[in-house]
Amino acid sequence: MKFTMTGSQWVGLGVLLSLLIFAVLGMMFSPFSISQQDLNAVLDSPSAVHWLGTDHFGRSMLTRMAHAVGLSFALGVLCVVTSSLLGTALGVWAVWGGKKVDHILGVMVNILLALPGLVVVLLFAAIVPGSFWILYLAISLVQWVEYFRVVRAITQNVIHSPARQSSQMMGFGHWYQFKRHIWPAIVPSVFTLAAFGGANAILTMASLGFVYVGIQPPLAELGLMTVELFPFYSDAPWLLAQPLVVIALMVFGFHLLAGKRV
Amino acid sequence: MKAMLLKRVLQLVTVVWGVGTLTFILMRSLPGDMAYRIAASRYGQDNVNSEAAALVRQELNLDQGAFAAYWHWLLDLLQFNLGHSLVSGLPVIDAIQHMLGHSLLLALAGLLVSILIAVPVGLFCAWRGNPLDSIFMGLSSMIRAMPVFVLGVLFILLFALHWNWFPVAGFGTPAHLVLPALTLALSLAAVSNRVVRDSAKHTFQAAFYQFSKVKGLSAWQTFRRHGVRNIAVPVVAFFGIQLVSMIEGIVMIESLFSWPGIGHGLAHAIFARDIPVIQGAALVMGVLFVALNTLVDMLCLWIDPRGVREA
Repeated sequence: MKFTMTGSQWVGLGVLLSLLIFAVLGMMFSPFSISQQDLNAVLDSPSAVHWLGTDHFGRSMLTRMAHAVGLSFALGVLCVVTSSLLGTALGVWAVWGGKKVDHILGVMVNILLALPGLVVVLLFAAIVPGSFWILYLAISLVQWVEYFRVVRAITQNVIHSPARQSSQMMGFGHWYQFKRHIWPAIVPSVFTLAAFGGANAILTMASLGFVYVGIQPPLAELGLMTVELFPFYSDAPWLLAQPLVVIALMVFGFHLLAGKRV
Repeated sequence: MKAMLLKRVLQLVTVVWGVGTLTFILMRSLPGDMAYRIAASRYGQDNVNSEAAALVRQELNLDQGAFAAYWHWLLDLLQFNLGHSLVSGLPVIDAIQHMLGHSLLLALAGLLVSILIAVPVGLFCAWRGNPLDSIFMGLSSMIRAMPVFVLGVLFILLFALHWNWFPVAGFGTPAHLVLPALTLALSLAAVSNRVVRDSAKHTFQAAFYQFSKVKGLSAWQTFRRHGVRNIAVPVVAFFGIQLVSMIEGIVMIESLFSWPGIGHGLAHAIFARDIPVIQGAALVMGVLFVALNTLVDMLCLWIDPRGVREA
């Protein structure tokens, strides 16, 4: 399968990779920790010691931003991998497994679609407050439905195609048929969904942090940092700008990477 | 029509059951002894003793088994008996009623402004083409990349703190509504103006549209007789899809601007672990979601009576 990317998709990939490199380098080489306070140096502007300045507790912004970006990427990637695998597998199974399987999965999907995604995630976040894993679970649970619906629709066409049917009559196994007939048909859509899914996962975590029910302090999280730094907007606007710009960049990067628009 | 309505009623039932079950699990999985926790949030951390906890336990009937409790929970829900807030002790239904009015006002205002922005911009882009088209599309991509709360924070910084045109947060006067509604509207319009544009472009290029021009109708007559309805179908269907982002936007915007609506209530209740209020707020949001979806379905059917599309 040939995979070509357009110019704007390369730009998106570039933006995301540079943010990732920033996060990894920042986490590895920063001499400070995310909770190390220095009350003699609060709200400092960027300097040689603190490259991105310090926040209201004198904590190094560079370290905190690197950790926050790393956390967002970790969640985004985990959610995308889980939900795309689950959604694709169940989507193919719904078509292949006969009417009963399709019906049961359909009911499950309708239950999940009955509530807006953010409300589901909020309810889960209420069960275990401040947990990264429950956010991951809830977001993946909301997101696999998208893959399922798209994969199921495409697979339905492929399953009835003469090519796939003769392949089956020639005695090829399920895995070969999936690899040869179904996978090439669904991969562009799954890729697009995955890019948007990554953006949405990061957005959801930031949104929860922003309404204070997501990741809890002293951990660094982009939405949470926005709220924490908001009171100091006039003293230190560059601090508030950092999480805002980075969230927008991450989402923009994923949107560019998706290529197609939804 | 009948099948559509039946599907929506089923959806409504799943919403009620889903929210009820989730909040029930939530109630059961509170760490520590439930009676002590509730007593602590009611009387303050320092005033909790076993007497107060016992009182709460008796009042809320916390001693029954899990299955019986679940059954009671669902029965209560079916009778719309949402219980009392664990923190304030007031009936949940009163709080919800109060919040719902504010949320609907915000949603309606946001939707209206978003239509007022998206439709003219979209039509204009489709009509005039480049370079304005590219400029507007680039601009909407940029706004789309910003989460709704980032947009809101920027508005507060610019219009409320820097220029002092509008109040930062709160409610009561029309001036308080401007910034929240504008934030919601822009985040919605940044997506929907594309749909309007694509739909309009598609219609303008269609053979029947060209033909009506060739046969001598003026541009305005063609647009009115052959354009509006055809453009409207995908656009209205898309508003149905956008309902999800509208409700999510409301949660964020209300929290940001301290707008006393359902989303604000939900976020606060989760923070305070006030489960009856969580249940009530989530329930109302789910019901609102289903009701609005039904409305969009009916509107689509009215515009294009040929049949419902799978959206």
